[in-house]
Amino acid sequence: MRRMTWFNVTSLTFGFAFLYLPMVILIIYSFNESKLVTVWAGFSTKWYGEVLRNTAFLDAAWVTVKVAFLSSCLATILGTMAAIVMVRAGRFRGRTLFSGMIYAPMVMPEVITGLSLLLLFISLGMDRGVFTIVLAHTTFAMCYVSVVVSSRLVSFDQSLEEAALDLGCSPVQAFRLVTLPIIAPAVISGWLLAFTLSLDDLVIASFTSGPSATTLPMKIWSSVRLGVSPEINALSTIMILVVAIGVITASLINKRNVMRQRREEAAADKLA
Amino acid sequence: MRRLLIAIPYLWLLALFIVPFVIVFKISLSDLAVAIPPYTPTLDIAEGWAGFKAFLAELDFENYIWLTEDALYWKAYLSSLKIAVISTLLTLLVGYPIAYGMARAPEEWRAMLFMLVILPFWTSFLIRVYSWMGILSQEGYLNQVLLWIGVINEPLVILNTNIAVYIGIVYTYLPFMILPIYAALEKLDISLLEAAEDLGCSRFSAFWLVTIPLSKQGIIAGSFLVFIPTIGEFVIPSLLGGSRTLMIGKVLWEEFFSNRDWPVASAVAVVLLLILIIPIVLFQRNEQKQREADQ
Repeated sequence: MRRMTWFNVTSLTFGFAFLYLPMVILIIYSFNESKLVTVWAGFSTKWYGEVLRNTAFLDAAWVTVKVAFLSSCLATILGTMAAIVMVRAGRFRGRTLFSGMIYAPMVMPEVITGLSLLLLFISLGMDRGVFTIVLAHTTFAMCYVSVVVSSRLVSFDQSLEEAALDLGCSPVQAFRLVTLPIIAPAVISGWLLAFTLSLDDLVIASFTSGPSATTLPMKIWSSVRLGVSPEINALSTIMILVVAIGVITASLINKRNVMRQRREEAAADKLA
Repeated sequence: MRRLLIAIPYLWLLALFIVPFVIVFKISLSDLAVAIPPYTPTLDIAEGWAGFKAFLAELDFENYIWLTEDALYWKAYLSSLKIAVISTLLTLLVGYPIAYGMARAPEEWRAMLFMLVILPFWTSFLIRVYSWMGILSQEGYLNQVLLWIGVINEPLVILNTNIAVYIGIVYTYLPFMILPIYAALEKLDISLLEAAEDLGCSRFSAFWLVTIPLSKQGIIAGSFLVFIPTIGEFVIPSLLGGSRTLMIGKVLWEEFFSNRDWPVASAVAVVLLLILIIPIVLFQRNEQKQREADQ
């Protein structure tokens, strides 16, 4: 291992400053008293009060959480199934198309996905609202889930499953008792990923929602187009903090689980 | 059991990914109409085969011809490609040193640095783009700082220009560039560099002749991950770009929501998809090669 050169230290410092400074500035100025966002006029939390009293924001937040919860649960189930098919099902007719359909939505421009789903919903004569956004989000999120879960499925020892089957488990039992506990961390991170992707999405939601459902990103979008506003700064700060706390907690739990698993494996090795 | 397992996700993706594209393609061949839905012809199943034939006869490539005739569209495609190429290169220039620094950092820091690169990816894309509006505007923080230091006498106009779009793209897509390059560099065996230097390479030529070629896969993967979504980008040019920033994602959005011309919007989408197929296939091939190399 070489020591860190000045070059590496500088590039890391500037790189992370670039990644984080805009958000830090946004957070600091969300406590600005002034209505003029770029002029500092003293510390105040009044914009947070405004956000929490704004029922339009709260309604939109509720719709967003509902959509994110439903779509991430559906996407986790479908995505895990797709991952098992990709890794374990072997050959079947249309496999190439299947793997194409798993990878393509992740690189598809959102405007195309949104437009095409909207045209589908219209030609089926469906009323657009929470339900159609959930369908749309599930479709692209399940692909991310399946990639996350299949990377875990590839890496674990398949003989464990075979052993369970040999010892008299039905395939469903073997999945529930052996496979699922092993891939659980990946399934959970897939769910989290699907949840945040849905929370985050503006373009696809704008296409697929109707007048009855406005998500938080859509609400923020219509306000941000008019320029920077202190209320949006406060709202953004709340969202950034919620996500940061969530991600950090999840990674700490994950780390603890990995440590425990390693300890157990080490103990098992000793016994053997 | 196995059949059911395959069928459920398969049918879901067919119904909600493939079928929608078929519909987009069909509507791109239709004509604009003052009706609900605002295009003709619509397929009338009740008339059976004759109805279907009449339906097919009315489809044509008019909208595609229109796309080539109106300069707005091909200018928007070209300008999207240009913006995507330039911002991919910029992201590579900014991202490579960061990935390099991470891979050379002490082992106990790496998990932390990795986490710090991922974290922005979890926070709202919209908010990350928005955060630059306050920085780059005329009376924004950047101009305030530069005026205060005395580098400039008049505020710079950055927001609502292409420069702001480049900054926004580099900022939001940076993690996609850093992560694959970091993955490639972390695997790199340091003793190869030592060998190169022992054999008389300078530090710089060792970097150029050993490190860069060995991280090629990461560079390619990162570049595709930035390039492909950037072409269809809508949020960044709308918030940070000006009225003269032409990007095809924005054109499609306006064609659909402002002009309500669904057939032309669909034709724009089909052409965009055709443009993207080449980089997507190249990207998949690169990933495939990577997977085979790993095994």
